[in-house]
Amino acid sequence: MEMFLAILLGLFFGFVLQKCGAANPQRIIDMLRLKDFHLMKAILSGIGLSSLLLFALLALGVIDNGNLSVKASYVGVPLGGAILGAGWAISGFCSGTGVVAAGAGRKDALIFILGGLAGALAFMLIYGSLKSTFLFSPLGGKATLAETGVEKYTTLVSSLPALAVAGSIAVLFILLAWILPERQGDAVDSK
Amino acid sequence: MKNFLFQTQWSWKTSGAALGLAFLLAVVLVKPIGVSTQFVILDGMIWNALSSKTVVIDEAASNGYSSPNAYLNKSGGKYAKSVAHPLNYSFVFVLAMVGGGFLASRLQSNRSEKKEEALPAVWRSRFGDSPSKRYAAVFIGGFLALFGSRLAGGCTSGHMMSGMMQTSLSGYLFAFGAFAVAVPVAILMFKGGK
Repeated sequence: MEMFLAILLGLFFGFVLQKCGAANPQRIIDMLRLKDFHLMKAILSGIGLSSLLLFALLALGVIDNGNLSVKASYVGVPLGGAILGAGWAISGFCSGTGVVAAGAGRKDALIFILGGLAGALAFMLIYGSLKSTFLFSPLGGKATLAETGVEKYTTLVSSLPALAVAGSIAVLFILLAWILPERQGDAVDSK
Repeated sequence: MKNFLFQTQWSWKTSGAALGLAFLLAVVLVKPIGVSTQFVILDGMIWNALSSKTVVIDEAASNGYSSPNAYLNKSGGKYAKSVAHPLNYSFVFVLAMVGGGFLASRLQSNRSEKKEEALPAVWRSRFGDSPSKRYAAVFIGGFLALFGSRLAGGCTSGHMMSGMMQTSLSGYLFAFGAFAVAVPVAILMFKGGK
């Protein structure tokens, strides 16, 4: 059953990334140089929608919190994000979209994957000497803004119901997606 | 439905709804989507094929496997276990993503030109038609992207999308770091490009 879901969900996610333009490096680069916000709008609304529905389903008790998986926050998270950001801008790919673009037949995406394998290997090789440095000093640990009900995760805003916290952020993301223009210089529209 | 399958590119609303659905379905049915760990797992598989002692069965480890490599060995041999069992959910998920990209591009009504398959227009207008230059750049880009996401413990999918969906602090920190560097790098590098 799990293999079946892996194939089905992976196919769907790959299909979606290709169709929304995320696997096209031109689109990524144009988003990052603030020229084309099509993808930004898709990403913001995608996060907003999934978050809103996730916390609504949790609040209604339709699903339980057993599948949630919150990653730890430590110094390396924003730093690693910054290094990824450089690679993302230079190539126009990130790990997921590179894989999908290779599937769509892009030759540069294959080279990206080779570079990625080399980068991951380099990290594997030096991890032993990095693991007790400041890079892995905690910066909040496994924390969420909205209450998840999972004991090992810290809640940062516990005075409000989870759906109110996650819902407000989600609405903010969706509003932002709505008001951003499709392209730089365009009048605000929502086409 | 026809448009959904065959359109070259969806509108931002369809894209957002479909992206949201993919991330939601994954966490409802199995677990949040993540990709970058699988680069480590594939590296580990290749390494293990070249030298069979890379991953060994170890009953003392909480996941039943251990490795002389500190990264594969971490969290009780969690990654070592995945290396030993290629047919695990997360790895097959990423393989299936390749298939998803293939399917979507095959169904596309107007396939992109040959040149476009390696050199984006913005790249050509800035750095010319030589594929080797582009390949060198994407190799470096790939190196940085995966090195960075391993340092961060996740990538755009795992931290940014899945993380912010759960309102995880790490997701916001990661997104901040990524955009704070990606935006100026893209603006400077592709200044005046098409």
